[in-house]
Amino acid sequence: MAERPEDLNLPNAVITRIIKEALPDGVNISKEARSAISRAASVFVLYATSCANNFAMKGKRKTLNASDVLSAMEEMEFQRFITPLKEALEAYRREQKGKKEASEQKKRDKDKKTDSEEQDRSRDEDNDEDEEKLEEEEQNEEEEVDN
Amino acid sequence: MADVAVGKDKCGEQRLVSLPLSRIRVIMKSSPEVSSINQEALVLTAKATELFVQYLATYSYRHGSGKERKALTYSDLANTAEESETFQFLADILPKKILASKYLKMLKEKREDDEANDGEESDDDEAES
Repeated sequence: MAERPEDLNLPNAVITRIIKEALPDGVNISKEARSAISRAASVFVLYATSCANNFAMKGKRKTLNASDVLSAMEEMEFQRFITPLKEALEAYRREQKGKKEASEQKKRDKDKKTDSEEQDRSRDEDNDEDEEKLEEEEQNEEEEVDN
Repeated sequence: MADVAVGKDKCGEQRLVSLPLSRIRVIMKSSPEVSSINQEALVLTAKATELFVQYLATYSYRHGSGKERKALTYSDLANTAEESETFQFLADILPKKILASKYLKMLKEKREDDEANDGEESDDDEAES
């Protein structure tokens, strides 16, 4: 999947924005510091993935799941991330539930051919990028998520 | 492409994660032992990476030298990697920089040491360096 080394970089604009939001206003971040943080973030992803994978292997599972990532944070001594991550997970699950309900609603609406179709479509376009992945991942989710 | 996952969504609410999930997935999958990742694990890893970037930046700024100048520099980050146990895993990719002149001086001193020792034990060089 990663064909060029740049594929392992995270987008600089997003990284810069996250740093700026975290630091007090008006702090100057050198270009070198930005690219160093960006590299560090990629290494963090790999390190977290490898730790999480160890937990999945211990559990004799092939698919990494949310609890593996949380366990990895503990192991890596980033316990401080666990509470905000759990909150994010809750929010994500609510969002997914909302989407599911919305798409069920859409199906019903389609049958009735009501006007609300237009609205739903514009919302869909927003999520297009994720949708492919969701479908591909759905199987896994169904097996592992609801516990 | 990056635009898709950046910033706020239409309702003006903050998105759950701002880093692009597709890119995070590519990085995760570049690890050979990983076979598959479910969507929740992907979202959590992306979120964790954001928290990590925030933490690394604020930690380095607070412990760094640039507070009066309101600046975050590479050497602040390299210091963090060297001094904090949690950030130790970054030491290899955030090495401390030294000036070329300092390095040349170190080399010169080493050479002089070696020469001084040359008379007595000539094959000790490797062990000492």
